[in-house]
Amino acid sequence: MIDSLDQFMRFQTEALKLRSQRQELLAANIANADTPGYKAVDFDFGKALRVATDAHSRPAAAPELLYRQPAQASLDGNTVEMDAERAQFADNTVRYEAALKFLNAQLKTMLAAMQG
Amino acid sequence: MSLFNIFEIASSAMSAQSERLNVTASNIANADSATGPDGKAYRAKQVVFEAVPSDGGRGPDKVSVGAVVEDTSPPRKVYDPKHPLADGQGYVTLPNVSVVDEMVNMLSASRSYQSSVEVMNTAKTLLQKTLTLGS
Repeated sequence: MIDSLDQFMRFQTEALKLRSQRQELLAANIANADTPGYKAVDFDFGKALRVATDAHSRPAAAPELLYRQPAQASLDGNTVEMDAERAQFADNTVRYEAALKFLNAQLKTMLAAMQG
Repeated sequence: MSLFNIFEIASSAMSAQSERLNVTASNIANADSATGPDGKAYRAKQVVFEAVPSDGGRGPDKVSVGAVVEDTSPPRKVYDPKHPLADGQGYVTLPNVSVVDEMVNMLSASRSYQSSVEVMNTAKTLLQKTLTLGS
């Protein structure tokens, strides 16, 4: 019973976990916008979510980090582009909230089924 | 918990940027200090940021001020024979502070600080929303 509950909410839980990890990475990119030689990092969210929700890949490994390719390289070797990072940060914020809403709705659904 | 770590990262950026602002303030204030404690003209100082892993080495990089270095560019020489600090040829040695560069530095530090504040606020909002999960 507990296991099926866990399975029911697993997808949104993993999505929420990955969203918060990505939020952290983007925050680090924004924080290091003025650090010489810093390379902006990110991960492929779709791929990471597929790996995390794949039944055969337990325990899920940390997502593979990739370096961002800058559109305009900077002279000090820093690859953070503030506009792109801020846009991704805002996008990730909204998607985190969406994952949260879905998870909440699933919990409500389950609660309704239990209480009748 | 990743979202809590954002506080550590954003606050490290805020303290690094405020230190940069501090150094910039000192440079602008001393742009005309022809002499200092060592008897020489003030030299402009610059902060050097470095990326340091957060969360005890497990998380993404936060920012720390690695060093405050002195600007090595040559000092400004102004011809003013009436000045008490003028040398034999009548030149006064003034600091190598570029006020224009420092103004740019100040704006950049201020904007980066604001970005970090926004990042922190967003993380706080998300955490508060997560806390209401299931209610």
